[in-house]
Amino acid sequence: MADDRVLLAHGSGGKVSHRLIDEVFMKVFTDPVLNRQDDAAVVPGGEQLAFTTDSYVVKPIFFPGGDIGKLAVCGTVNDLSMSGAVPKYISAAFVIEEGFAFAELYRVVESMAAAADEAGVAIVTGDTKVVERGSADQIFINTAGVGIMRPGADIAAANLRPGDAVIISGSIGDHGVAVMSTREGLSFRTAIESDCAPLNGLIAAVIDSGADVHALRDPTRGGLASTLNEFAAQSGVVVAIDETQVLVADQVAGACEMLGLDPYQVANEGKVVAVVAAADADKAVAAMRTSPYGREARIIGIVAEAPDGKPRVTLKTTVGTTRILDMLVGEQLPRIC
Amino acid sequence: MCLGVPGKVIAVKDDWIAEVDISGVVIDVGLQFTPEAKVGDYVLVHTGYAMHVMDEAEAMETLKLLEEMGAAAELPDGQIS
Amino acid sequence: MVKYLSEFRNPELAAGILRRLEKVSTRPVSFMEVCGTHTVSISKNGLRQAVPDNIRLLSGPGCPVCVTANADIDRMIAIAAQPDVILTTFGDMIKVPGSYSSLAKEKAAGSDIRIVYSTRDAVKLAQDNPDKRVVFYGVGFETTTPTVAMSILDARQKNVANYSVLSVHKVVPPAMKALLDLGEVTLDGFICPGHVSVVIGTRPYEFIPKDYGIPCVVTGFEPLDILEGVLMLVEQVERGEAKVENAYKRLVTTDGNKIAMETIHRVFEPGDADWRGIGVIPGSGLNIRQEFADFDAARLFAGVEVPPVKEHKGCRCGEVLRGVIYPYDCGLFGKACVPEHPIGPCMVSGEGSCAAYYRYDEKPRTGA
Ligand code: SF4
Repeated sequence: MADDRVLLAHGSGGKVSHRLIDEVFMKVFTDPVLNRQDDAAVVPGGEQLAFTTDSYVVKPIFFPGGDIGKLAVCGTVNDLSMSGAVPKYISAAFVIEEGFAFAELYRVVESMAAAADEAGVAIVTGDTKVVERGSADQIFINTAGVGIMRPGADIAAANLRPGDAVIISGSIGDHGVAVMSTREGLSFRTAIESDCAPLNGLIAAVIDSGADVHALRDPTRGGLASTLNEFAAQSGVVVAIDETQVLVADQVAGACEMLGLDPYQVANEGKVVAVVAAADADKAVAAMRTSPYGREARIIGIVAEAPDGKPRVTLKTTVGTTRILDMLVGEQLPRIC
Repeated sequence: MCLGVPGKVIAVKDDWIAEVDISGVVIDVGLQFTPEAKVGDYVLVHTGYAMHVMDEAEAMETLKLLEEMGAAAELPDGQIS
Repeated sequence: MVKYLSEFRNPELAAGILRRLEKVSTRPVSFMEVCGTHTVSISKNGLRQAVPDNIRLLSGPGCPVCVTANADIDRMIAIAAQPDVILTTFGDMIKVPGSYSSLAKEKAAGSDIRIVYSTRDAVKLAQDNPDKRVVFYGVGFETTTPTVAMSILDARQKNVANYSVLSVHKVVPPAMKALLDLGEVTLDGFICPGHVSVVIGTRPYEFIPKDYGIPCVVTGFEPLDILEGVLMLVEQVERGEAKVENAYKRLVTTDGNKIAMETIHRVFEPGDADWRGIGVIPGSGLNIRQEFADFDAARLFAGVEVPPVKEHKGCRCGEVLRGVIYPYDCGLFGKACVPEHPIGPCMVSGEGSCAAYYRYDEKPRTGA
């Protein structure tokens, strides 16, 4: 790595994070399954299994619309769902800072249980470590999850084909703005809540609708921009998005204008981007809309061939011009300029 | 070089602070540079300060002008005014 | 929908103005925007490519972060490393490299560096941490400067003795004059910065048409504002006129915001400032007056040692900032220099020209 220390930017979900993953983890953990870099690992077993893990370090730990516990369960359930698996089992590992209040721990754990209940998954194993005050910030949670693959599902970021429709299950940027609104030194008041939610029901509805689903991914850190760029790069295609079709809540738009952020780069925790065969687009949207988390599902773009062999994401702007939609670079910081 | 966002003054508090609503996001804004701002006014917010009270009539005027410009361009003999 | 923003993004109106531009613009012209927010908005809305081919939109020294000299960044980094210092600044400044490091790297290495949204937050931080020395890194042009001046007045009134400001603030009109005097680029018009003009008004640009015969239009940041500004410039050129026009009347007046200007002058006095790519421009900086010496980090930390300045090899930021070349014309652009490993500040800053062109522009236009 070019830097000799880990910077905050390495955890941001954008290009610098990608570099960290490629240059450290992918290099050290060489495994054909991991190498596919999908949201969950699909491993052989008695049945086809999907297996994933993720750590959660959100600050503050309680935010409008959720908390670190709900996030830890939904995140892993969603990663499994994105690979076409039915989530089944979850592990939960906690790193807790000395002095953390039991009352708050209960709140977090109960919220995890409620989320697991809603998603129909079992938390089957776990671990707890307590570290000295100052060695962790309140509480960190890692969850791993196992799901059973739906027979015949072939869902991967590399499966986009020219002509496919790009669908998103709702508005963008809600989670990131909700969390930011409570950050120290940035206090603004908004009724925006995190969209944090388990999406396995919604995904099941889409797959059961019979739509030919090529790729699924939840646009978490790095936002919609990162997910679309990952799709474009892994499939070697152009993803063309129509800005007028992308839904951004008024308050999210207001907060982004104020802080100089791009809603396309702000995190979501309860949204999915689905790429489906063009003929099945309406069917997939209708299926999403049957879920409480997909009421505002919509088609936002199409997949096209990369004429010069250069995969990219383009955005047709509200004024009718076209520009590139690039990935977030480094950490998202509020700016004045 | 300087992001500025229009927001509506919804309350004026002590110590030169007003609450300003930017499409549903409410923040505290300093009124030192726009002491004339009152509840209901739109102000330009830059780094937590109101820098100017928006002139609604001028905004409407500009939009009207823009419409006319575009319309004029559509006339077959659109001339430079 | 954000009122006063969404109306100025109307696609039909934009198409109308573009058609009108096609019609009235008969000769090749180069206009320069001297505001980074304009640069970003033009790129983000694809306007550089949307205007007729004979209209070239060049970017000037409009990003306060980019024009900050390495020496000034190095000094800030050295101050941040002093004992008991909490360095506060706007998010924009954090990633920008000085000669050897950036505030982001120093933060990871242990310096206490915090991002604030407003100078009010910095003063509050000082009040909450009486045993620390809270330094605000004041970067920016006339839009931001009044708020920094206000923080000093506020700190004095509230007896917050542990608050200070390192001022590397700059003022815009002298830089426009310096560019014209250098004579490296032929300009047919200036797109003047909208929010700077909210504070200074339109009068300070009058010397440009008068002494240099170049048209100026002050305009806002929404696509329609910018297109309207370009159209007004084209119409001036076609009529053979040169004057200062105002396309941002909902916010900009002839005299600007008098209270804000008075606040600036109450706390600051004009001084020289070192601009990256241009050098020292007399009268383009703002120093804290003697009367407020207790709040002047330049005086308080005068003894802090700063390592010798080193420039970034091969980086052509200076020429980019002067509008002499387009970012694409830099040999490192998009190759050795990309946002995730930037060489110069123009690729780091959110509103740096190189970053804006790299991130948003569909097809590059070369040969400035
Ligand atoms: S592309 Fe990079 S190296 Fe070239 S001028 Fe811009 S910032 Fe400097």
